[in-house]
Amino acid sequence: MMKRSLTSFSTIARKEMTRIFRIWMQTLVPPVIMISLYFIIFGGFIGSQLSDISGYSYMAFIAPGLIMMSIITNSYSNTVSSFFSTKFQRNIEELLVSPTPNWVIVLGYISGGMTRGISIGILVSIVSLVFIRLPFFNIFYIVLFAFLTSFVFSLAGMINGIFAKKFDDISIIPTFVITPLTYLGGVFYSISLLPEFWQTLSKANPIVYMISGFRYGFLGISDINIWTGIGMLILFSVLLFSLTLYLLKKGIGIRT
Amino acid sequence: MFALSISNLHKTYKSGLKALSGVTLNVQDGEFFGLLGPNGAGKTTIIGIITSLVTKTEGTVNIFGMDIDKNFSSAKRLIGVVPQEYNFSIFEKVQDIVIQQAGYYGISRKEAVKSSEKYLKKLSLWDKRNVAARELSGGMKRRLMIARGLVHEPKLLILDEPTAGVDVELRRGMWDFLEELNRNGRTIILTTHYLEEAEQLCNKIAIITKGKIVENTSKREMLRKLDKETFLCDTKEVVTVLAPLENVTFSLVDEKTIEFTKNKSQSINRIFEHLNGQSIIVDSMRNKTNRLEELFIKMVK
Repeated sequence: MMKRSLTSFSTIARKEMTRIFRIWMQTLVPPVIMISLYFIIFGGFIGSQLSDISGYSYMAFIAPGLIMMSIITNSYSNTVSSFFSTKFQRNIEELLVSPTPNWVIVLGYISGGMTRGISIGILVSIVSLVFIRLPFFNIFYIVLFAFLTSFVFSLAGMINGIFAKKFDDISIIPTFVITPLTYLGGVFYSISLLPEFWQTLSKANPIVYMISGFRYGFLGISDINIWTGIGMLILFSVLLFSLTLYLLKKGIGIRT
Repeated sequence: MFALSISNLHKTYKSGLKALSGVTLNVQDGEFFGLLGPNGAGKTTIIGIITSLVTKTEGTVNIFGMDIDKNFSSAKRLIGVVPQEYNFSIFEKVQDIVIQQAGYYGISRKEAVKSSEKYLKKLSLWDKRNVAARELSGGMKRRLMIARGLVHEPKLLILDEPTAGVDVELRRGMWDFLEELNRNGRTIILTTHYLEEAEQLCNKIAIITKGKIVENTSKREMLRKLDKETFLCDTKEVVTVLAPLENVTFSLVDEKTIEFTKNKSQSINRIFEHLNGQSIIVDSMRNKTNRLEELFIKMVK
């Protein structure tokens, strides 16, 4: 049983990865170009005019945030677009008629989102080396935050894909929820620089914890308690994984 | 042993549409079973429930004695399905589609490659194995779905209008292939709009209309229910006048074609004797209409 599930998982994962690398001009190149522009414009042109934050240059401060931003958006967009197009073309039925358990379907699609998110995170990190020599304060936190954040946003993308009925539906959440929360999540500034009210409000934004924790891995500075961040990510992982399983079991958006 | 046993199946969609109203159906292991019905009768809903694409409102479905709710995994492994509409990724290569399907059934890649080769060759798609599915013709796409439905060697194959939109030659080829599968012990359930297809292939036939089974019997028994038959005869010489015969209706389609309708209980020899008596020589004879079609129209009215 477990061996069969493993074969099903590797089949979905292989399909997802083939897709990511087959259309690399759509999946891998644009985010790298976009983040490079952020480095040049915000880090280089504007950042050179700004004072240091917590003892680091502005470029060094925003680099982990930009890497995390690319992990978040790409993990999400990969699962939402892949799962929705599978639904749209109706080849989701290939999986639904098979004995593949729901948890294998979820992990298979998540593996695709994480592969793309982490791959782009690595590519953007390499690009950042052109602009700045980033310190590595603690690699454990870098890997842990990247892994858990990618997992959470891959799941969120899949949930969006499950509910989506038309192509417009897969861009609403990224445009109106994820992008604002990411920009307000401390990519470009430390929330400690905000007035107290906005600091408190920012702490209700889960992306603040992801970016701060990831930045801590590089620079050793954080706006939040690291373990609170890890705890939140684990909680989100469990909640969203359970919700995705529940939606698949109920057949929401995939069975009539 | 029943390959498929459906009991008291109901389905009401969220829209309120009642698609099935207490369908009970048994298909014996090894049968070639035809499920016929007009559009919207509930055929595809039944297949959807068996393959878990549609959630049932009430009822039970057993595959080779296994309840699909209780033995989800084992029961599904025994079913292969060929849907009515194309449902594969058009961007993927033909062989990849078939191999992936095997993978979803837990078949190792090595075995899946072998099995995909076997069925792609049988269905004359081997030359197209590296072609993206979108480049296939309509008939090839249908064959691809059959190969995909068979790659995990199911004991029960369900085909939902597999020959819709397929040309005559290809349809005949598919019939031969399906008959061979059935001869080799596979149970086949077929829904079709082509009643000629059901008459040719199936040994048992059920007719469904408005979500209810209105007939479920052997093909032989069903055809026996027809009380009249119409034949067309091609004659050697030109015929201008035909003498009447009791309980038989004659008409001339053209100068060398006679049409007659007789009661099923009547001997056809009597009609030939009658034609011989008028020095009319018949070269060939055929059924005018599909026999099953007549019965079907009566039943679904």
